[in-house]
Amino acid sequence: MFLIDYIKDVAGGVKSLLTGMRITGGYALRHHKEKLTQQYPDNRDTLVLPERFRGEVIMPHDENNEHACTGCTACELACPNGTIKIITKFDVDEATGKKKKAIDTFIYHLELCTMCNLCIEACPTNAIKMGQGFEHSVYDRSKLIKTLNEPGSKIREGVE
Amino acid sequence: MPGLPLPLGEGTRVRFMYHQVEIVKEPVQTEPNVFDDMVINVGPQHPATHGVLHLVITLNGETIKKVEPHLGYIHRSIEKMCESLSFRQFIYVTSKMDYLSSHINNHGCCLCVEQGLQIEVPQKAQVIRVLMDELTRIASHVLWWGAMAMDVGALTPFFLSFREREMINDIMEESCGTRLTMNYMVPGGVMADVHPNFVRRVNEFISHFKSKIDEYDELVTNNVIFQNRTKGVGVLSKEDAISFGVTGPSARGSGVSCDIRKLYPYEIYQQLNFEEVIETAGDSFARYVVRLKELRQSMHIIEQLINNIPEGDFQAKTKAVLKLPKGEFYSRVETARGEFGVYIVSEGGTTPYRIKFRSPGFSNLSVLDHIARGAKIGDLVAMMGTLDLVIPDIDR
Repeated sequence: MFLIDYIKDVAGGVKSLLTGMRITGGYALRHHKEKLTQQYPDNRDTLVLPERFRGEVIMPHDENNEHACTGCTACELACPNGTIKIITKFDVDEATGKKKKAIDTFIYHLELCTMCNLCIEACPTNAIKMGQGFEHSVYDRSKLIKTLNEPGSKIREGVE
Repeated sequence: MPGLPLPLGEGTRVRFMYHQVEIVKEPVQTEPNVFDDMVINVGPQHPATHGVLHLVITLNGETIKKVEPHLGYIHRSIEKMCESLSFRQFIYVTSKMDYLSSHINNHGCCLCVEQGLQIEVPQKAQVIRVLMDELTRIASHVLWWGAMAMDVGALTPFFLSFREREMINDIMEESCGTRLTMNYMVPGGVMADVHPNFVRRVNEFISHFKSKIDEYDELVTNNVIFQNRTKGVGVLSKEDAISFGVTGPSARGSGVSCDIRKLYPYEIYQQLNFEEVIETAGDSFARYVVRLKELRQSMHIIEQLINNIPEGDFQAKTKAVLKLPKGEFYSRVETARGEFGVYIVSEGGTTPYRIKFRSPGFSNLSVLDHIARGAKIGDLVAMMGTLDLVIPDIDR
């Protein structure tokens, strides 16, 4: 009886090994055409990222170089890391002579950002959104401190 | 309690209240015996520890006399950090703890804040949350399966597991925007509605995974080498599992019923049809089998929900600044590794006064010394692998 059990054990073991090898061998022979990996630097032109991909915070400007940021600092308060710093100024309306708050500089520290999306959620005017760029390697850390509003840009008409 | 002077012999079991059993072990030798013992360091940089876990192992020949985990290499003082963050902000930090079940960590924090604010989460948000939780659980277990097999010497499973995990990561990337540390759940619901492609892609994944999960059994579970390396290795009894506070699949392999989804159901788990997987052998192989069966249960849960996502809001209306009332709040969820608890003490302000996270990895690691004593050093990776340790979860 001992001998029979022993032989059964050996046969079962060999069978289990062959079953595993059949799967591995099957993949080696059958799946050579199906590529699961991406050839990243070469496919840069055709690379399509999902639209919600969180790469960096950007501020979209329209063709008149106008943005929708009112300088309310909601994003600055929502950020857990102190990534965003907004410097505001007062614009004087030429027609009425009233002072109006506007952004002077929208500073974005990319090196502190964890892409948590909380600033985008907090923004009441949808002035900022998550961009698709993800190649952020630079040689100097100071290059990661970005100014999001473009020079000479101003707030879009009608955005309060 | 090793500090207490108990007048008992070696290995005596003392029965305490709540049917917990305390193990009184043989006294730990602080000074190693220089003639017989060898002290080796596994880690902090070692391929088998999957992170910066540092184990100081005292060996007598090949037999393990003592395993001492040294922690602190990836300590980021997350609990202290949370004290200066608002109730919306602190949630994103928890995805950096157990990064393989980040959705479920965020879920636990959201539940705790919602409990304090008495927010009722819309039905649609609950369904999305559970779907994301279970997808995360599958991704975590699948990655564990590959890493576990690689620990004991099989390389192919690692590539197969990453093929499945990649599909889940793509689904997450489409709906949440990130692949690993999603900050998708917010107090009151989820950050955004699921992507239009979500239902189709999850269905594709389920049908793909159903055809491939049998391969997992053929390749690893039934393999004679794998079985011989894990069966009878690292046996953890039911009493020890309870007294060490082991939770999750590691404890369910020892016959402890500890699934939070069944015992303290949150969200819509009460209405769902699934089984709590329990094995009684308590060895590494039983813990392995529990996780593979949980994969099938998670798929079963997703199948019940994916085609029935209700219409409605994905987020309840909440105030811009959340202020929890004065008091203490606790909520728990079942992550892929065990029970994750969030304990918030609020003084009525916008930031928590104190936050404590009960992470499953810390308790699960504490049992490693107990099950490894007397075993051979070659078996240590099999024990560590089936405990499914994620080091940032242990250190926080």
